[in-house]
Amino acid sequence: MTHADPVGVLTGAHFLDGDHAACEGAICAGARFSAGYPITPSTEVVERFSHRAPKIGATFIQMEDELAASIAILGAVWGGVKAFTVTSGPGFSLMMEHIGYAVMTETPCVFIDVQRGGPSTGLPTLPAQADMMQVKWGSHGDYEIIALCPNSPQECFDLTIKAFNLSEKYRVPVFVMMDEVVGHMTEKVVIPRAEEIEIEPRHFTTQDKSSFQLYAPVGEEQTPEMAKAGDGYKVHVTGLTHDERGYPNMTPAVQERMVKRLVTKIRDNAEKICITEQNEVEGADVVVVSYGITSRVAQRAVEMARAKGLKVGTVRLITAWPFPDHVIRAIAPKVKGFVVAELNLGQMVREVERSVAGKCRVAHVGHAGGTVHKPEEILKAIEEVAR
Amino acid sequence: MSTPICIQKAPENPVESFLRTDRMPHIWCPGCGIGTTVNCFTRALIDSKTDLNKLSIVSGIGCTGRVAGYVNLDSFHTTHGRAIPFATGLKLASPEMTVVVYSGDGDLFAIGGNHLIHAARRNVDLKVICVNNLTYAMTGGQTGPATPLDVITATAPYGTYDPAFNLPYLVEAAGAVYVARWTTFHVKQLAKSMQEMFKKKGFCFIEVVSPCPTLYQRRNKMGDALDTMKFYKEVSKVKHGAPTNEVGLSKSGEIIVGKFVDRERPDFETMMKAHLEASLGEKYIPAEAPTCS
Ligand SMILES: Cc1ncc(C[n+]2csc(CCOP(=O)(O)OP(=O)(O)O)c2C)c(N)n1
Ligand code: SF4
Ligand SMILES: [Mg+2]
Repeated sequence: MTHADPVGVLTGAHFLDGDHAACEGAICAGARFSAGYPITPSTEVVERFSHRAPKIGATFIQMEDELAASIAILGAVWGGVKAFTVTSGPGFSLMMEHIGYAVMTETPCVFIDVQRGGPSTGLPTLPAQADMMQVKWGSHGDYEIIALCPNSPQECFDLTIKAFNLSEKYRVPVFVMMDEVVGHMTEKVVIPRAEEIEIEPRHFTTQDKSSFQLYAPVGEEQTPEMAKAGDGYKVHVTGLTHDERGYPNMTPAVQERMVKRLVTKIRDNAEKICITEQNEVEGADVVVVSYGITSRVAQRAVEMARAKGLKVGTVRLITAWPFPDHVIRAIAPKVKGFVVAELNLGQMVREVERSVAGKCRVAHVGHAGGTVHKPEEILKAIEEVAR
Repeated sequence: MSTPICIQKAPENPVESFLRTDRMPHIWCPGCGIGTTVNCFTRALIDSKTDLNKLSIVSGIGCTGRVAGYVNLDSFHTTHGRAIPFATGLKLASPEMTVVVYSGDGDLFAIGGNHLIHAARRNVDLKVICVNNLTYAMTGGQTGPATPLDVITATAPYGTYDPAFNLPYLVEAAGAVYVARWTTFHVKQLAKSMQEMFKKKGFCFIEVVSPCPTLYQRRNKMGDALDTMKFYKEVSKVKHGAPTNEVGLSKSGEIIVGKFVDRERPDFETMMKAHLEASLGEKYIPAEAPTCS
């Protein structure tokens, strides 16, 4: 770990919305390249970056579409910089191609998805949390990624830094899964001093040029070291199944070895990667699971339930992927049930059900999006499960 | 007792050091034109004394897309159609690199067509080499955006009836500063054009009309690779500076070759830097060689 480059760190207390805060997070994390294509409600992130970039030695380019934006950042990463792109539902759909490419080529990068109502053009200006499965399963083939869910502008800042750090540590695309409300709500955001911000540097290899292997795993992260174009390593990077040298090798044996590692480097380290926020889980009858903006509405419902004497705990998913199975699994036998609230008609609840494996009840409070839940809807589910 | 035999080591082919020989044999069919273009490319690299540590190659998907995998350079085999936007990111992040895009007609002009015209419009400093075998070869010879009228393809068993793009015309209109076309018969001229292109700043484009004897020529009863060379020799006409709207290809008509466009226009990075410097003055910090703390 090192510390943030002071160039660009706006130390101090600010009044920012989540989109702007995420942009500042990216800058503090060291991002010096972004390519984007405008889409509500995410555009403010790149608007701010386009404003900030020329003053901090960074580059912004507005591309012709999201297909282009999502691979331009990958080209920039292999050119040696930290890079990210930002979008919302319809653009996120177009980016699926390069989630797979980034996973396959182990290109560290960050995608910010400010979720809005779908499917299709849906609700351009209104919230949802309905891309949660798409981020995990939307690109073809087997893969694992990391996805984080901020519930405030401060967390948009903090978790965007975290996203960059994890992407470098595991050479994997990391996703900041915001939603329209968090993106557009304005709150106090504190930006620490540069030396207080921990940064995972890119792990450029110092190995011998003739023997370095771009895809040979190192350490318990099972993650290879990086090289960039122009350093003399003559890297070969391909989306085809490849061996440790990066050379195409389309045999079942290499497929097995390579894809397994892409998946296990995240799965084996899931407990280290996962962050959850737990509150009064000990002794609870009901535990409410939520994430992003919904966690703030759920908090109100939990307070109302506690006022009625119910024993309610909360688990907030800060990491949605990898899913914190171990957290849910440990709680399940000790409670009557979970209530899962989310702005979709049943996505992360499937993961909760899978982890619970029948050990307690799971109630879902879904919502098609467009606005947030009414706390009473969540309260009702809590009461039912507590009964 | 056997007589000792003295085996003389064959003189090393100067092109070999440019190739990932540990990846040979390559996948291309006998008589395929792609290998010929790679040979010209390596010759151009040798003759132009390009610093090979500062040259990257980016390919899309297809038989031509495999070029990136065989050259001993920083090489990127991307997704279908997206070589140009990848190369754009790479170039902007490391402006000191020469970035070559090497891909097929289908990759660059169908699925990647939008990216191509926008990169040309912006005049991003990319050197694009398009191997035009007039078909989607890798997938079995289907109709592509450069397939001429009245030819048989895997998806046009009764012949094609949708008109093809005239690649140089399109690329010139979109803003390229250098546009040339050769066939795989014109190896010397092609290598020379490539050298010229390495030196030119801005969006450069070379179309190489190239045989796919396995699919295109065979299906259209146009003979083998040798017959195709004879055909190219016969129907090609060198016309430097030819108006690009007059150089469209047909199934068996003439092939106008030569350098069509060589003009000056500030490239994307130059425009960006000049503009930001003018607007921001001392506040402007240009993106320098990458730092990645
Ligand atoms: C998104 C996507 N669609 C389709 C394909 C299948 N595909 C592979 S190569 C190719 C055509 C390539 O044609 P061209 O660029 O002309 O290259 P050639 O093989 O002729 O050299 C297609 C359609 C793919 N790989 N990816
Ligand atoms: S299919 Fe055609 S283009 Fe592809 S390698 Fe064979 S001859 Fe070349
Ligand atoms: Mg082709």
